[in-house]
Amino acid sequence: MDIQSFFQNLINAMQWGSFYALIALGYTLVYGVLLLINFAHGDIFMVGAYIGFFVATFLLGSYAFHLPTVLPPHVVFILTLLITMILTAGVGVTLERVAYRPLRRKGAGRLYIVITALMAGLILENGNLALLGASRRAFPDLIEKAVYTVWGVTFTNVKIMVILAALGVFVLLEAIVRKTKIGMAMRAISYDRVAVPLMGIPIDTVIVFTFILGSSMAALAGVLFVSAYPVLEPYMGAMIGWKAFIAAVVGGIGEIRGAFIGGFLLGFIEIFVAAVFPSTFRDLIAFGILLLFLTFKPTGIFGVARAQKI
Amino acid sequence: MRKRMVIRGLCLALGLMLTPCVWAKTESIKIGLNIPLTGDIPKVGEGSKYAAEMVKEQVKAQGGIKVGSKTYDVEFIYEDNESKAESATATAIKLITQDMVLGIIGPQSSKQAIPAGEINNSYRTPMISPWSTNPQTTQDRPYVFRGCFLDAFQGPVVANFATQEFKAKKAAVLYDIASDYPKGLAEFFKKAFEKLHGPGSVVAFETFTTKDRDFSAQLTKINRTDADFLFTPQYYDEVPLIVKQAHELGWKKPIMGSDSWGSAELMNLCGDDCKGLFFTTHYAAAGAKGATKEFIDKYKQKFRYVPDDVAALTWDSIWLMLKAIQNTGGLTGNIDKDRDAVKDQLTKIRDFDGITGKMTFTPEGDPSKCAVVVKINPKGEFEFYQSVCP
Repeated sequence: MDIQSFFQNLINAMQWGSFYALIALGYTLVYGVLLLINFAHGDIFMVGAYIGFFVATFLLGSYAFHLPTVLPPHVVFILTLLITMILTAGVGVTLERVAYRPLRRKGAGRLYIVITALMAGLILENGNLALLGASRRAFPDLIEKAVYTVWGVTFTNVKIMVILAALGVFVLLEAIVRKTKIGMAMRAISYDRVAVPLMGIPIDTVIVFTFILGSSMAALAGVLFVSAYPVLEPYMGAMIGWKAFIAAVVGGIGEIRGAFIGGFLLGFIEIFVAAVFPSTFRDLIAFGILLLFLTFKPTGIFGVARAQKI
Repeated sequence: MRKRMVIRGLCLALGLMLTPCVWAKTESIKIGLNIPLTGDIPKVGEGSKYAAEMVKEQVKAQGGIKVGSKTYDVEFIYEDNESKAESATATAIKLITQDMVLGIIGPQSSKQAIPAGEINNSYRTPMISPWSTNPQTTQDRPYVFRGCFLDAFQGPVVANFATQEFKAKKAAVLYDIASDYPKGLAEFFKKAFEKLHGPGSVVAFETFTTKDRDFSAQLTKINRTDADFLFTPQYYDEVPLIVKQAHELGWKKPIMGSDSWGSAELMNLCGDDCKGLFFTTHYAAAGAKGATKEFIDKYKQKFRYVPDDVAALTWDSIWLMLKAIQNTGGLTGNIDKDRDAVKDQLTKIRDFDGITGKMTFTPEGDPSKCAVVVKINPKGEFEFYQSVCP
């Protein structure tokens, strides 16, 4: 591989890894607080992409009922991102209210909640299939695509934006969790779920906040994903969700740095394996490497050992 | 007492289930459609279903299908194979053993048609796959037919066209290695192209697996070669992603596709990126004449979009099946005998005049038909460019 293809693939991998990182952040946030693996998260990503699609087409005036003025596409894009993040956060919170909280209140074991999460994911996928049909949808081009070539390496403005967004989200979440009061409460709950409420911390509020954060990040990832890969389908979240979960585990689940590094690591391995070997080896080699990582450090790169089940 | 009532009820229900003919008014011919209504390529299933609905309407307008001395209604049973190989076999078995259909239309793509063909052949039920171009679908299967040309023909058509039109001497291929159709066609193309330009003229032969969304690593590799054009025999849900990513990575040379591109949905998903590209297919909707135009107009009026090749091929395949049924000269009512008779008649059909061309089956069950090279014009229509006959 010559040096130019190396840098080209580096940028490819940065974009692909950004999506894994953004989705892995959602897994890790919820796990960090509730010790719950929210398997529906990949499908929340899918729901985010669909909500983004409907918001964007609405703002562009594709429906009979539309806005009085025509907005320029980049304003539409920013509005789409914000509205989608808010609406998807609502979906995440609803999911927590309807599916997880009742079980938690009844003191059900974590295993049952994890299985509920799996089911919730399937309900979201198939609900979407039943509601909207199996037809693919094309996400409108909101950002005028510009292709730059610098020293033989080609990239688009969308690619740069995706990578910057992932970095920005990482810094933001680190700041929230490390520097703010509610962040401290999130960390405290993950240490001891029994003692923390006794200190007067409203545990449900903190959990809702966590779901808002995680779901809105999934929505951000969803809208950016369909801007880069503009075909929407009901099962788009399943595979990428699982892989992002593995990325989160390898990075050390519960750790924001871990999700971030794990996501990029998986992105890099996948792209570079496909660049060097036939693509059939990609998942084999990628997950082989990750398995090795876990063999030597079962808690993940940044993970801390804790006595726990599931 | 209550238990006895339940048993009585069950017996009654069973009786009703076993004697459907008793409560049907006119007898009907049942034909199953094994099609992808959900899954990766739902538009293909939709097109097939709509074509069948139109056949049904026409048969109704004619007052039924006359077989021997009796007139029958036609009943289509639509079963979804989710665009999966394992579901396609289950669907075939269900249609054959539970619904007792006389024949089956579909599956459409080779990935499903190859395993489903095996089932149809072993259950001795005639099947016509309208759209499957992989040779294995009908090979050594007397009960399996198809409504389109073969990849062994399509591969060389693409190679010759690229050589003449793009003056191509080197080619790059990107295909899904986990799906029978792209894999088969990519290999046929490679063979044909290397025959024209010598071994090693296919400078990149890159693969991915179904459901992949990112092709940047493969396309980076292709970009680094000196290929004159890119051939990607993929389905309409992957083509937009491949074409867009290739353009984003700075690919400016031609991209060419195969008959799987020809879906009505392609341009909705792909937009401007696909305009000006070429692909080989079974018929061109823009500029059609005669019966083909009639079909297109009727379809457009009813379903509000131009029918793709799958719809046209399905239409032809269903009429082929009905023609064979008529040619039997009368159905006995014994489903096994009738299925055999339909199969025998299918092999005997000569110069069937379909909207996608004249059809006569070879002993393998494959028609020899012309291929059309289509250019996607600036309006996003599939425009006739060239016709290549065997």
